[in-house]
Amino acid sequence: MPQRYFLEKHDWSHEKPFAESFEETPLLVAVLTYMGYGILTIFGYLRDFLRHWNIEKCQVAREREEQKDFVPLYQDFENFYTRNLYMRIRDNWNRPICSVPGAKMDLVERVSHDYNWTFEHTGKVVKEVINMGSYNYLGFAENVGACADAAIESTKKYGVGVGSTRCELGNLDIHEEMEQLVARFLGVESSMAFGMGFATNSMNIPALTGKGCLILSDELNHASLVLGARLSASTIRVFKHNNMQSLEKLLRDAIVHGQPRTHRPWKKILIVVEGIYSMEGSIVRLPEVIALKKRYKAYLYLDEAHSIGALGPNGRGVVDYFGLDPKDVDIMMGTFTKSFGAAGGYIGGKKELIDYLRNHSHSALYATSMSPPVAQQIITSMKIIMGEDGTTLGADRLRQLSENTTYFRRKLREMGFIIYGNDDSPVVPMMLYMPAKIGAFGREMLKRNIGTVVVGFPATPIIESRARFCISAAHTREMLNTVNIYHILQYSLKILLFLLMWEQTNF
Amino acid sequence: GILHGHEKLPELQSGNCSVLNCRIILEINMASGQQWVLVEMVQAFYEAPAYHLILEGILILWIIRLLFSKTYKLHETYKLTEKEKEDLIEEWQPEPLAPPVSKDHLHLNYDLVTGPPSHKIILNGKECINFASFNFLGLLDHERVKEKALASLKKYGVGTCGPRGFYGTFDVHLELESRLAKFMKAEEAIIYSYGFATIASAIPAYSKRGDIIFVDEAACFSIQKGLQASRSFIKYFKHNDMDDLERLLKEQELEDQKNPRKARVIRKFIVVEGLYINTADICPLPELVNLKYKYKVRIFLEESMSFGVLGEHGRGVTEHYGVNIDDIDLISANMENAVASVGGFCCGRSFVIDHQRLSGQGYCFSASLPPMLAAAAIEALNIMEEDPDIFTVLREKCKHVYKALQGTTGLKLVGEPFAPALHLQLERSSGSRDSDMQLLRTIVDYCLERHVALTLARYLEKEERFLPPPSIRVVVTIKQEKEDIQRAVSCIKEAASVILK
Repeated sequence: MPQRYFLEKHDWSHEKPFAESFEETPLLVAVLTYMGYGILTIFGYLRDFLRHWNIEKCQVAREREEQKDFVPLYQDFENFYTRNLYMRIRDNWNRPICSVPGAKMDLVERVSHDYNWTFEHTGKVVKEVINMGSYNYLGFAENVGACADAAIESTKKYGVGVGSTRCELGNLDIHEEMEQLVARFLGVESSMAFGMGFATNSMNIPALTGKGCLILSDELNHASLVLGARLSASTIRVFKHNNMQSLEKLLRDAIVHGQPRTHRPWKKILIVVEGIYSMEGSIVRLPEVIALKKRYKAYLYLDEAHSIGALGPNGRGVVDYFGLDPKDVDIMMGTFTKSFGAAGGYIGGKKELIDYLRNHSHSALYATSMSPPVAQQIITSMKIIMGEDGTTLGADRLRQLSENTTYFRRKLREMGFIIYGNDDSPVVPMMLYMPAKIGAFGREMLKRNIGTVVVGFPATPIIESRARFCISAAHTREMLNTVNIYHILQYSLKILLFLLMWEQTNF
Repeated sequence: GILHGHEKLPELQSGNCSVLNCRIILEINMASGQQWVLVEMVQAFYEAPAYHLILEGILILWIIRLLFSKTYKLHETYKLTEKEKEDLIEEWQPEPLAPPVSKDHLHLNYDLVTGPPSHKIILNGKECINFASFNFLGLLDHERVKEKALASLKKYGVGTCGPRGFYGTFDVHLELESRLAKFMKAEEAIIYSYGFATIASAIPAYSKRGDIIFVDEAACFSIQKGLQASRSFIKYFKHNDMDDLERLLKEQELEDQKNPRKARVIRKFIVVEGLYINTADICPLPELVNLKYKYKVRIFLEESMSFGVLGEHGRGVTEHYGVNIDDIDLISANMENAVASVGGFCCGRSFVIDHQRLSGQGYCFSASLPPMLAAAAIEALNIMEEDPDIFTVLREKCKHVYKALQGTTGLKLVGEPFAPALHLQLERSSGSRDSDMQLLRTIVDYCLERHVALTLARYLEKEERFLPPPSIRVVVTIKQEKEDIQRAVSCIKEAASVILK
């Protein structure tokens, strides 16, 4: 291709080294995985047949007698996957916990006597399970310490609920203090906070773009970004994951050809990317995206749900990680759930943008504002990260997190596992591929007191199921070593594979 | 003629007539069938006139050319050069990301609340009686609720650090879900971490592209967003008008009869609210249930304003009318009004609710409710169950306020007598919405000066489907004493008479 595209003219070799890898699925593994799904599907059809003819007891919930002649609420096929594949390994998800979701947690023990259709709590508690699943990057999920004390004071003073929307009577002084602090933390002019991270995306993207605008969204964007883009009624075009050539081509085509069929120029073009993609562990190529955005006059919406607090020498997110200017990103969005141990989301940017959002965001006008103790937790934890509380706790935690990440990734690579993503990202997806391994891995790790997260279809492509580890600053070297040793068992799982699949398809 | 073939003919006698010989030969040829057709053709070729041959030759050549030339695409007729593309890219100017808000915009600055938003609220520096927060049962600053929240905070910390599927399910959540199900006498309940997201995630989980939803015109904004996300056909019926709804249902029935195969897979839903937030009146639930069974549509009921308000035990509009809760397919409510916590829940039969655990977007892809807020909600439920008299007291106060606010000059009171969140609208509009809002804002400010906190009801003017008229929101809570109500009512009447004369 002739070197007319902007990206190719720029020399990226002196920029920060970017070490990402997504190893190709080995052919044998792909074939075996498809075979595994094929066998499970056949058995699924067989069991549906038996359930239909009442040979096997059916535990699926049924419609009411009085409503039997209504149009069925669910199509049988929609739930095929749920009934026959998900149900068998359902015990790996929704595990109830009864302690702080810190580095170690206590799980409620539950058993199932009917192959996961119903669960019973035995009343016992599985103590001190190493937590590799919660998004606790900086270890702020704790019930003692400065954050907890401040939150206690705040609950005593303000109570728990608010009872009104932000633009009516729900704008408390603690909200304004928190928003000013967030703006200072990010290095932007102004910011606004919302009660739910998911809703921050789904309610603000429609306020910013509308008909006649174009949204260029990454292939693997989160469901909240996709929902926000759909609700905005703009045209959506998808570019390949983290692929800057694909993005540039879309930008050029969009500006040159305009809107489809009428060829009128687009009103705005919004590029929507995430800081760290939670299923892949990859980091967005921010310098290139910003260069493209400046060249083609588009706007950039950066969703830092996982990267704020977790990346960068000062914990200010992916902008800090690359050493760029926060004012280059038009809309900096993030959530407080992951690194701050609270709940909610924020949007930061120029003052005009935030003033506009204060009056036109769906959340500001119709949704209850954030609960005061949650806002206080954000204030305290952010001050700790910034070092304004007078201790070095924040800097220590940031350093611990990046050390843990590097160590864990290196060790897993040395053991020969396929790890996806960037070397610096604290989200570590480890490939499992086969359907039986999803269940087996989750259960075996729990037997050894390690709580892991396994993900399969539909959150990932069908043959690329994975286990995902979230490193925390609260993890110690010993904990990570414990997790690593038990990974060796993964090799023996390959031998157990066929035995386990036989058990899975057992009656 | 030219002879082709393998038959050997007898030698021609030189003495015979050549024409006669030719004819005999031709007849022999014709009798021998198709092998000799080419001979005829060549014969015709020699006999045809010259212009005919030339024309046919040109035609054949033209056909051959068309067959081999490239297909003709309409939009490739213009191919931009690289320079033209660069020029277009240089010239294009986007609109500003956020249009500038004028400095004197009515709502540029929020009213600031210092301290807790309780019955005595400090608004913009003045201590006022709160007539604007949805604190119906006065639980926002209840000591027991705060204590339970503190105990939960000391045990679990603040955040849950994960969605429900990945170690974000706490035993508190499971307890709250089972308590809500028990309270509402339903089979199962599911909780969300944000009130707005509750119905907005529930509707698209069941209703997909191609399904039909019948909605009341006065439905609130979160329902509208849920409808938009579902991509179904939306049919609005006039507010609380059962005849209009029946007309729409009949039309749909006729459509179904024309196409029974399609009708067997299209799901139909009716979405209504118990007490409407925009008009403060109640939906006619018994008639809706009749229509449900007559036309085979499912009912989704949104009870944010009526949960903890209506009914003998506060179970909402189903208890108020004595309707069996199993007749309603899904009841959704937020816990931010009467329950004075944060979040929302849906309850109903397991057959319906369990589906949301895998397809409710706000449930699967979002962090779960902080445990201290769930503990506060459980304690609020405890208080509601222990003392069912509070609902009767609340309704008495609502009736009292309703009667007292009648006869305000220039303002009309909109809503049912037992609704806790009423609207005061202008009797005569000035013609422009902005000036109406300005007038109402002046009334609110006047009351604020005299230590009564009210608020304007705010809507997104460009996004609402059926924009309600501008109004002042008056909220009745159980904490308001007779003197507070007396003072507020006289203040409003005074303000109206001074400003709207």
